[in-house]
Amino acid sequence: MSITLKINGKEHTVDASPDTPLLWVLRDHLGMTGTKFGCGVAQCGACTVHVDGKTRRACVAPIAGLTGKEIVTIEGLEGAEADAVREAWKEIDVPQCGYCQAGQIMSAVKLLEKKRDPTDEDIDLGMSGNICRCGTYMRIREAIKKAAGDLG
Amino acid sequence: MSHEQPLVGQELDPGLTRQASDLILNLSHGINRATASRRGFLKGSSAFVLGLFLLSGKTAQAAGAENLTAAVPDLKSFQGGDATPHLFIQIQPDETIQIVCHLSEMGQQIWTAVAQVLIDELDAPWENVQIEQAEGHPRYGNQNTDGSRSIRYNFDRLRWMGAAMRAMLEEAAAQTWKVPRKECKGTLGQVIHTPSGKKLSYGALAAKAREMTVPAKKEITLKKREEWRQINKPVKSLTTPLIIRGEGEFGQDTRQEGMVYAVIARPPQLFGKVKSLDDKRALEIPGVMRTVKLPALEPPAGFKPLGGVAVIAKDTWAAIKGREALEITWEDGPNAGYDSEAFEKKLMAEVQKPGTERLKRGDVAAALDAAAKTIEADYYMPHLAHSAMEPPAVTARWEGDKVICRGCTQSPQSARRNVASVCGIPEDNVTLEVTWLGGGFGRKSKGDHFAEAALVAREVGAPVKVVWTREDATQHSYYHTVSAQHLEGGLDDKGKCVAFLHRTAFPTIAATFSYGQDEPRWGDLRQGATDTPFAVPNMQVESGKAEAHVRIGWMRSVANIYHAFAVQSFASELAHAAGRDPLEYLLELIGSPRLIDPNKEGAEYDNYGSPMEDYPIDTARHAGVVKEAARLAGWGRELPEGHGLGIAVHRSFVSYVATVVEVAVDKDGKLTIPGVWSAIDAGTVVNTNHVEAQVEGGTIFGLSNALYGEITAKDGAIVQSNFPDWRVMRMNEAPRKMEVSIIPSTAPPGGVGEPPTPPAAPALTNAIFAATGIRIRRLPVFDASRRDRLIKTEQDR
Repeated sequence: MSITLKINGKEHTVDASPDTPLLWVLRDHLGMTGTKFGCGVAQCGACTVHVDGKTRRACVAPIAGLTGKEIVTIEGLEGAEADAVREAWKEIDVPQCGYCQAGQIMSAVKLLEKKRDPTDEDIDLGMSGNICRCGTYMRIREAIKKAAGDLG
Repeated sequence: MSHEQPLVGQELDPGLTRQASDLILNLSHGINRATASRRGFLKGSSAFVLGLFLLSGKTAQAAGAENLTAAVPDLKSFQGGDATPHLFIQIQPDETIQIVCHLSEMGQQIWTAVAQVLIDELDAPWENVQIEQAEGHPRYGNQNTDGSRSIRYNFDRLRWMGAAMRAMLEEAAAQTWKVPRKECKGTLGQVIHTPSGKKLSYGALAAKAREMTVPAKKEITLKKREEWRQINKPVKSLTTPLIIRGEGEFGQDTRQEGMVYAVIARPPQLFGKVKSLDDKRALEIPGVMRTVKLPALEPPAGFKPLGGVAVIAKDTWAAIKGREALEITWEDGPNAGYDSEAFEKKLMAEVQKPGTERLKRGDVAAALDAAAKTIEADYYMPHLAHSAMEPPAVTARWEGDKVICRGCTQSPQSARRNVASVCGIPEDNVTLEVTWLGGGFGRKSKGDHFAEAALVAREVGAPVKVVWTREDATQHSYYHTVSAQHLEGGLDDKGKCVAFLHRTAFPTIAATFSYGQDEPRWGDLRQGATDTPFAVPNMQVESGKAEAHVRIGWMRSVANIYHAFAVQSFASELAHAAGRDPLEYLLELIGSPRLIDPNKEGAEYDNYGSPMEDYPIDTARHAGVVKEAARLAGWGRELPEGHGLGIAVHRSFVSYVATVVEVAVDKDGKLTIPGVWSAIDAGTVVNTNHVEAQVEGGTIFGLSNALYGEITAKDGAIVQSNFPDWRVMRMNEAPRKMEVSIIPSTAPPGGVGEPPTPPAAPALTNAIFAATGIRIRRLPVFDASRRDRLIKTEQDR
């Protein structure tokens, strides 16, 4: 079945079953592999994308419900918060293996859009849905605070 | 790959864009690459890479492989392998220094570290680095990215390699100018004729330098420590600029023209078999193409695939749905009776009786009899799973009787051998391409996922990506073993420890390779049992029997995890029994500065493959990290109500780490970790920033497993399947802050990836005891009985 999705400002028509989660359309049909597969059950956050300005777990978001919505992935992520987060991630050298980091960045950007000066509790709340098995949590916390400071 | 041109997956679409086809070609030629500068980064975009390398038919590693015959013998025999410079370094006329990294990148930043050492000795500008991943091939020497050995085995080799290339550039300049080589000096990408000040860039000299004879060691000068520009510096990661844009290729990300996807239904029990299969409903699911029955696994397990049924589909989702619709009856096999609850009782009983003597000093039995006070304690740790964020994935395609496998592996050469052996083809018929690894932790050292993909692809006749789901990774791992330990200690009338008995029982890793093995091997015991650095006059280590019922494998720091948990918990328990401060008592146990050799006390100790003369067990270094971690933590400071500090120290992979954990337990029993402080003595370190990162990450790994980690079996099958029934640490549970101190050292480099993990668990449980009086001897802390709350039970009182 043919479904059209708007991803990173561009329309893509894919031939996939309507119950297919966005994750597999991105990765297998469109080759946008920046959004990662970690658990498939919305528990790890590796597949975090933005849908109409809110974080969504792409692994449990069937494409049938996404037509006409604005989808943003790590590949198309832009804006002041995104720039500040990416700079802070580089400055603090946050990632280790990097597999979870696209999801971490997608969550961090939304956190900073909502809270310009996040407290530790805000960071706990905003980031606890993203697992990092390498254990970069302390650096993520530091980088979010740095990005917040840079955004002013 | 530049972010403006993401890999759009139109390879299944007849309207291939130029970009996509370039990139597919790029990826299929085994290039996963990063650069140091923005300039270089843009150069590394798909179109440029194609122009530079693939139209000329050469990747840096292909170019390097051609020039090995020129090497002289004395550069060929380093511990890590051949140090012939062309093998890893190609210099381009535009000054780009192309480096091949033979070790797998899994977050430990080995790409950056290899480049640092080579660029430093070559004496080239860091901005000119471009690095790519080597395929798995014996020409690269030891590629096993495991055992915390990458820098330990390759530091000297890489230094000589970089310096040899610098010598060849100097020789090329000397011949061009017709001057003696000793008047020519390579510095920051240029050779300078010192008397005249004439200069030629490395790029200008590269073609001529390639024709120079590879020099012998005596003609090569290594830099002095004080001349290092990159080594021992906090150089930024080469991979981060790609990662933050979703670029770089992991095993799960591989894309090839015409590829299909597979997931596999594997037998729930080890050595289980498919009794009957009905795939009718599965084949009705849109996108599902066919199923493939895999051969049943016969013992020993080794790295062979587990068997089962693969579902092939046009995308991963269809394959997953197809698998759910399979109707399979399994034959359970010999492990169907494995039950963790019963096994725990059996293992705990095993360590109550005398075991096989593995190390003996003095007379423990007599000393315990004569002691003024004796204590004993039993410790238990369950199975654990590595649970890297990237579940395994491999893409395989056959060309005639040859197979090309591409995926995430820590051990590409063993994966290559394994594919050859399982498929019954010569090793030379296997091309083994390595992607980035989304975490490894030892799981991806085992090449079963490669052999499985090769078997499936051979049946299908098209490129197949075999995707492991989280459930697959959790239920079909090579598990960290389950263990029980019994310790006894004797104190004299002054509270000094005079007797120390350590009895340990666990299914051994050896059982995975040698069916039926039921006794710990020296390889298990050397990790924290036979090398306990305590100055106790009477000491004995014993092992007990235990059979394996799942695939047992190594996981980040391996047997050190449970041995350090027991020994370092017991050190704190001895201090408590003696009425002493745990830090002071730990230092007394470690005793005066001296070198220890377990081989002289009846043990077989291989020192992690490093010579004892270069890497002795040095108790001064144990004490050094203990004192430094305690200083960082402010040991002895006044703590708020409900807080406690715990300390632990452990040497593993020839490096020393001490960790202090502070816990806070509120009146409801809720635990938080306000801070962690670690000191590491790993000898010479290449990247100070990334060593700190490994200490942070290794500690989190240890804390996560200690707080939450428990894999159990029922009727031979693994009970847990996904987050959260298999729970790992999250942001809100992580330490609020962590500080790391690297002990300055000129000693040869030790391991870094694993040594931070072992002290984390006992430092945590010692802190919990200090805060609450609750002594945790069975991990995880939050097992089913505690439900996330540390409330004293009758037993704790």
